Amino acid sequence: MSILVHRETRVICQGITGKAGQFHTRQCLEYGTRVVGGVTPGRGGETVEGVPVFDTVEEAVAKTGADATMIFVPPAFAADAILEAADAGIRLIVAITEGIPVLDMVRVADVIRRSSSVLIGPNCPGIITPGECKIGIMPGYIHRRGPVGVISRSGTLTYEAVWQLTQLGLGQSTCVGLGGDPIVGTSFVDLLRWFADDPETEAVLLIGEIGGTAEEEAAAYVRDSFRKPVAAFIAGRTAPPGKRMGHAGAIIAGGKGSAAEKIAALQAAGIVIAESPADMGAAVQRAMAGAGAA
Amino acid sequence: MKIHEYQAKQVLREAGVPVPRGMVADTPQGVVNAFNALGGELAVVKAQIHAGGRGKGTIKENPEQHGVQLVRNTEEAARAASAILGHTLVTVQTGPQGQVVRRVLVEEGCRIANELYVGIVVDRGAARPVLVASSQGGMEIEQVAVTSPESIFRESFHPDAGLASYQARKLARRLGLSAAASRRAEPFLKNLCRVFVQRDCSLLEINPLVVTADEELLALDAKMTFDDNALFRHPDLLAFRDLAEEQPAEIRAAEEGLSYVKLDGTIGCLVNGAGLAMSTMDLIQLHGGQPANFLDVGGGANVHQVTEAFRILLGDSNVRAVLVNIFGGIMRCTTIAEAILAAYRAVGFHVPLVVRLEGTEVEQGRKILAESGLQIITADSLTDAARKVVAAAAG
Repeated sequence: MSILVHRETRVICQGITGKAGQFHTRQCLEYGTRVVGGVTPGRGGETVEGVPVFDTVEEAVAKTGADATMIFVPPAFAADAILEAADAGIRLIVAITEGIPVLDMVRVADVIRRSSSVLIGPNCPGIITPGECKIGIMPGYIHRRGPVGVISRSGTLTYEAVWQLTQLGLGQSTCVGLGGDPIVGTSFVDLLRWFADDPETEAVLLIGEIGGTAEEEAAAYVRDSFRKPVAAFIAGRTAPPGKRMGHAGAIIAGGKGSAAEKIAALQAAGIVIAESPADMGAAVQRAMAGAGAA
Repeated sequence: MKIHEYQAKQVLREAGVPVPRGMVADTPQGVVNAFNALGGELAVVKAQIHAGGRGKGTIKENPEQHGVQLVRNTEEAARAASAILGHTLVTVQTGPQGQVVRRVLVEEGCRIANELYVGIVVDRGAARPVLVASSQGGMEIEQVAVTSPESIFRESFHPDAGLASYQARKLARRLGLSAAASRRAEPFLKNLCRVFVQRDCSLLEINPLVVTADEELLALDAKMTFDDNALFRHPDLLAFRDLAEEQPAEIRAAEEGLSYVKLDGTIGCLVNGAGLAMSTMDLIQLHGGQPANFLDVGGGANVHQVTEAFRILLGDSNVRAVLVNIFGGIMRCTTIAEAILAAYRAVGFHVPLVVRLEGTEVEQGRKILAESGLQIITADSLTDAARKVVAAAAG
């Protein structure tokens, strides 16, 4: 088992005729993902990387039976692309695009909340179930199938963590990048709920960063309701307040969102903390060993 | 993007939000002229820098002088102008180095009956803009949240619907406004929310919002920050950008598509990805060093970007060593290694360079670096890299 994506998932790429869209469509196909089509308005009828291009998501869904989409549409049009996917009834929307205005995401979140779609991202690396389905820009080969669920607000830092896990012989059930923006479609808590119900997932690694309160909410959920071992790392202990650290969402504002607060909340929930980014894989090992001993 | 108080007030005035009459000046004579034009009685001279805390902040060369000064005649106006303009103002937000004051806002005084707070931000959890109001105006809202949370009220709204009239009435009632002031609060608050949405603000703060003796409402101070990601649809706002308020290195980095934040340490960092870049800073500190910057070269990291990134890092005279930390994903380590070599040769390195590569084609990438004959210290793990760069910076 896994969560959200597996070998039957049928994927389209919105923005498939763009440079990034085409490149990553190829990468996903090579990994084994069932990419069944793409969408670029005005380019319907063409073929990219051997898959058909449609003008609208509605048509792509009707013709291919797609139930997931990855979005590479430029920021000014990305919110519209997400709304179009939700309108077409796509179950899983993975938005890779970086730089979408926050108020656009306010409008998107409002619609997604009332729809049956799940939105991952935006500004995220995507989601992967190793060996079955990769929707996003992460390098596939660093992953290995196994018992650890990974949830992260970051990109390359997630690759780092996954690589450490793989080196330690700890494979992953599903890895999800939530995205680095202030408003994202899916939270740590949403994913923890799904991982709780996934029999393959035995432990979870949370990778958070400064800004917002998503990690504190995850800590409260783990403390009250999550029964599998959890390890966590928080990036940005040395980040100064009031400065945006690359990600639009990574900012300590109004004295809130510091790494120290997040680490304290996670620790209080019994979560094993990785003290250094070199310690993420080992922290998962400690969490699993601790749970075994208890 | 941050803007000055006087610019924010211009945006507010155009949107029908009442602000005090005022004029901007950049010379003492200009301040005197403004004082006279405003009626020649009571006025306030306010330093215009992007950082907050100006009223409590002091001039570096003359700690008796604050960044905001009441003046009652032309002599006082001229004296305040000379004491503030061209001098360095240090506030809790500027850091100890302070910020040079290039302009002041001269505003007419008003008779204050009551000081309130209103601010608008996007609430991440609720995914909605939220108007935060407090009866404790003039204080930092974070402070009020600690000392008297019961005096803070919140109303969220959908960007396309704006603040509803009943929400404005509810807030006015909770803030304890009189009937006359409440009538004025409704358009005031609704217009404020409209500006926030129309201009794609990330922060709009009026602190204090003043109720005058005549029960008028007036935005006595204004802080407005725009969502950088939305600036593409507001070309008019770009005219407000004041490059003098920004770090020159950060401006240059942004032009090259690099995300750079200057810090005070001695170890320059060049990393791909924001999360990994932050973690690299943390790792350096964990091993006893201090990072000189945050720098994310992004997913691409071509020769040109790495070269420019090195130039920016080496332009910081505090830097004693540089750490390159790359996790090659889709981007191959061999490409990165070639870029590092080309950039290293181009910029003329004068401090030790430690490189840690991991990911796609890592062995070939390390080999390229090792065989280059250049003085590059390679590291084979994160911890190894941190130890080596901290030692190099110290030695």
